[in-house]
Amino acid sequence: MEGQAPSVQRQRELTHLVRQDCGSCHGMQLTGGLGLPLTPEALKDRPFDGLVATVYYGRPGTAMPPWQSIITEQEAAWIVRQLMQGFPEEKR
Amino acid sequence: MKLIFAAFAALALVGCAQSPLRGTGDLGVVIERADGRIAIVDTSARAVLGRVEGLGDLSHASAVFSRDGRYAYVFGRDGGLTKVDILGQRIEKRVMQAGNSIGGAISQDGRLVVAQNYTPGGIKVFDAETLELLSEVPTQSKVVGLADLAGQKFAYALFDKGEIWVSDLSDPRHPQTQKFPAGQQPYDGLVTPDGRYYMAGLFGEDGIALLDTWQPEQGARKILENYGKGQEKLPVFKMPHLRGWAVAGNQAYLPAIGRHEVLVVDKGNWQETGRIQVKGQPVFVMARPDGRQVWVNFAFPDNGWVQVIDTLKGEVVQTLQPGKAILHMEFTPRGEHVWLSARDDHAVSIYDTRTFARIGTLPAQSPSGIFFTSRAARTGF
Repeated sequence: MEGQAPSVQRQRELTHLVRQDCGSCHGMQLTGGLGLPLTPEALKDRPFDGLVATVYYGRPGTAMPPWQSIITEQEAAWIVRQLMQGFPEEKR
Repeated sequence: MKLIFAAFAALALVGCAQSPLRGTGDLGVVIERADGRIAIVDTSARAVLGRVEGLGDLSHASAVFSRDGRYAYVFGRDGGLTKVDILGQRIEKRVMQAGNSIGGAISQDGRLVVAQNYTPGGIKVFDAETLELLSEVPTQSKVVGLADLAGQKFAYALFDKGEIWVSDLSDPRHPQTQKFPAGQQPYDGLVTPDGRYYMAGLFGEDGIALLDTWQPEQGARKILENYGKGQEKLPVFKMPHLRGWAVAGNQAYLPAIGRHEVLVVDKGNWQETGRIQVKGQPVFVMARPDGRQVWVNFAFPDNGWVQVIDTLKGEVVQTLQPGKAILHMEFTPRGEHVWLSARDDHAVSIYDTRTFARIGTLPAQSPSGIFFTSRAARTGF
């Protein structure tokens, strides 16, 4: 599920989405809140495809919603890859 | 020469942050979430008076006020608890009290500040004057919905354990705690303005847990059960907040979970009396102080909208677009204006609640919570 990287403009939007909107549960610094931490350390033993599925389809029975109405599966994969590497800061 | 002297005198006056004498009843704070900073605002002048930096990670932050309205206690995501002197525009004291925190409350007598934490889960009790740690109640669960009750008690809900706990802090170094089963995944809580009923909204099931704190021996019961009627939930991209208790006459207004509805409940018998269709997943459902209007904002991706319910008509009478990513709303003490934070516009918008006209905009970097000192005198705020 490597797919194509989103455009630079879209990457900026996705970065904003993750920091701000995922951040409402996972923390703007992604150190966790009601949701789990999404730092590289926290994710290092998690399977990549499983994480992409969690983002795209959500996790029934938990507060994690499916994001498939907002982003594509390729974009979910891009987000997970960035999270595992250390998520970029928003450019301001 | 005279002119130069006058200029220096003026500068000296400006340099003295404490003068002239003034009250704090029309002041408040706006969280600038990305910068660890708060703006101190004046709701009469509709202006930013100053900014205080160095409050840490404020990505989820809330504030309560000392009973004299002079100090704001700001609870940050990173577990920082900061006591800010609103008049002096400076940090009075600051402690790191947990790894991951979500908010706090202040006791009836104003002497205790209590923080609610995710990591490690529990509450911590501080001396409001010195921020000295007095005691803690570990929960082995994330704590949500902390609210102050009469008699130095605090109610809160345990997300992972599905319980409501009530801790009596009349002896603040030796908390006495009662525990009540509530339901699956309480996500936030609130107390009615009289301090009697504590409610915990449930995420894991349709319904709200209700505890009569005057008769706790009766335990928590469930109201609004099965309001979703087994229908599949819409995705919830942000958890609703129950802080802004919305009550008007005998009706209470509450956000549904996974439904684009505001639920209306009779406060006498706690039965559902209606539901109002709105634009998205409600986050804050807040009554104007007189109860005539209820203002609703929404979770992503509908967070550019705000709707106003007329409580006499029981319907939406106004749909506004106050800005990009409206995170919070706060009414002036008597409700003639409402301030709304537009995170992605880096602005606070001010509306007249009678005419719905925008009467002002103030710059603020990624604003989130807006808290006015009138909260100091209200139970549950």
